[in-house]
Amino acid sequence: MTVRFTLNGREVSSEGSGARRLLDVLREDLRQTGTKEGCGEGECGACSVLIDGEVVDSCLVAVGQVEGRRVVTIEGLQSPLQQAFIEHGAAQCGICTPGMLLAAHVLLLRTRRPSADDVREALAGNLCRCTGYTKIIEAVLSCAM
Amino acid sequence: MRDVTYVRPRNLNDAVQLYKATPECRPLAGGTDLMVMLHARTLRPEPRAVLDLWSLPELKGVRRVEGMLEIGAAESYTGIIRSPEVWRHLPALVAAARTIGAAQIQNRGTLGGNLANASPAGDTLPVLLAYDAVVVTDRRAVPIDGFFKGYRTTALQPDELITAVRFPMDRQVLFRKVGTRAAQAISKVVIAVCREPARIAIGSVAEIPLRAPRAEAALATGDLVGAVTAIAADIRPIDDVRSTAAYRRVVTQNVLAELLNQ
Repeated sequence: MTVRFTLNGREVSSEGSGARRLLDVLREDLRQTGTKEGCGEGECGACSVLIDGEVVDSCLVAVGQVEGRRVVTIEGLQSPLQQAFIEHGAAQCGICTPGMLLAAHVLLLRTRRPSADDVREALAGNLCRCTGYTKIIEAVLSCAM
Repeated sequence: MRDVTYVRPRNLNDAVQLYKATPECRPLAGGTDLMVMLHARTLRPEPRAVLDLWSLPELKGVRRVEGMLEIGAAESYTGIIRSPEVWRHLPALVAAARTIGAAQIQNRGTLGGNLANASPAGDTLPVLLAYDAVVVTDRRAVPIDGFFKGYRTTALQPDELITAVRFPMDRQVLFRKVGTRAAQAISKVVIAVCREPARIAIGSVAEIPLRAPRAEAALATGDLVGAVTAIAADIRPIDDVRSTAAYRRVVTQNVLAELLNQ
């Protein structure tokens, strides 16, 4: 089947079974490799993308389910968060970083002045094995209005 | 992943017909359980098709039906958490939904999926038991007490689709989940309690989410200490990767005591 959706503002299509994981279509067919695979079980958040503005794990989404929807990956994100992550040392190995940024982006759209606890809750579905999270939380808070 | 056909129904009626007509088919909602199992090829029997229910408007939303609050089977936990009606009438369900995974999972997980997957650790399932929820399907209404037949086995017929869950709106239910951390944790013990009528429901302590009949009988007479003692005989926990039977026994009694003394 053909699945058509918007990826980072561009119309794209995918051929093949609609039951394939959105993650695999993004990385293998569309060559958008900013989205990472960590656990493949919805535990780690490395494959986070936005679908119609909501953060989801793309390993848990069948590509047929994004027909007609707006998908945003790290390649389509333009946010002060990215520079803040660099300046605060909030990225080390980088595998969690795309998902962290997208989840933090959604938080800042919803909550203009989040507390550190708000940040922790918003990023609870994104695991980082390098930083200990402190630098990430500082980076997000530095972007709060 | 095996080659699996993706089937997208036009509406609920279409979904019901397609589910009957498609062999070896599994319903797909938010995918938080099913997509993992499809990819890892751990489902038995292994499906050849998935029927996508996620976008059907008939399965979304919160509404009042026959004096009860009805939540669509494919409404997300985020939708449940954001619903003022659910906040007002079913705060224990909001509490449970907020403990499930984190934002990514809450945006996709559904009550229909939690029920159909029927994990003994399903976080909403003790809450449904404590509310005496009713599982609405394409053909009937099934009381939640008796819905779980065995390990990951339900009262659903092979071609039956869950469409909604109905709740009474006048119950005071308390919820508590114990996991390794606050988010992204599968329960070690998960409990929902109602004082009147006496309901004590508990997950992760048996092969199904269960009501605790001995503890409920004690609670119904106002014997709170007796309920805490009796629940030891109602549960049958095991040692597994998340916890031990001994720990689960202690925590079950401690958490029940805490909830009953609130």
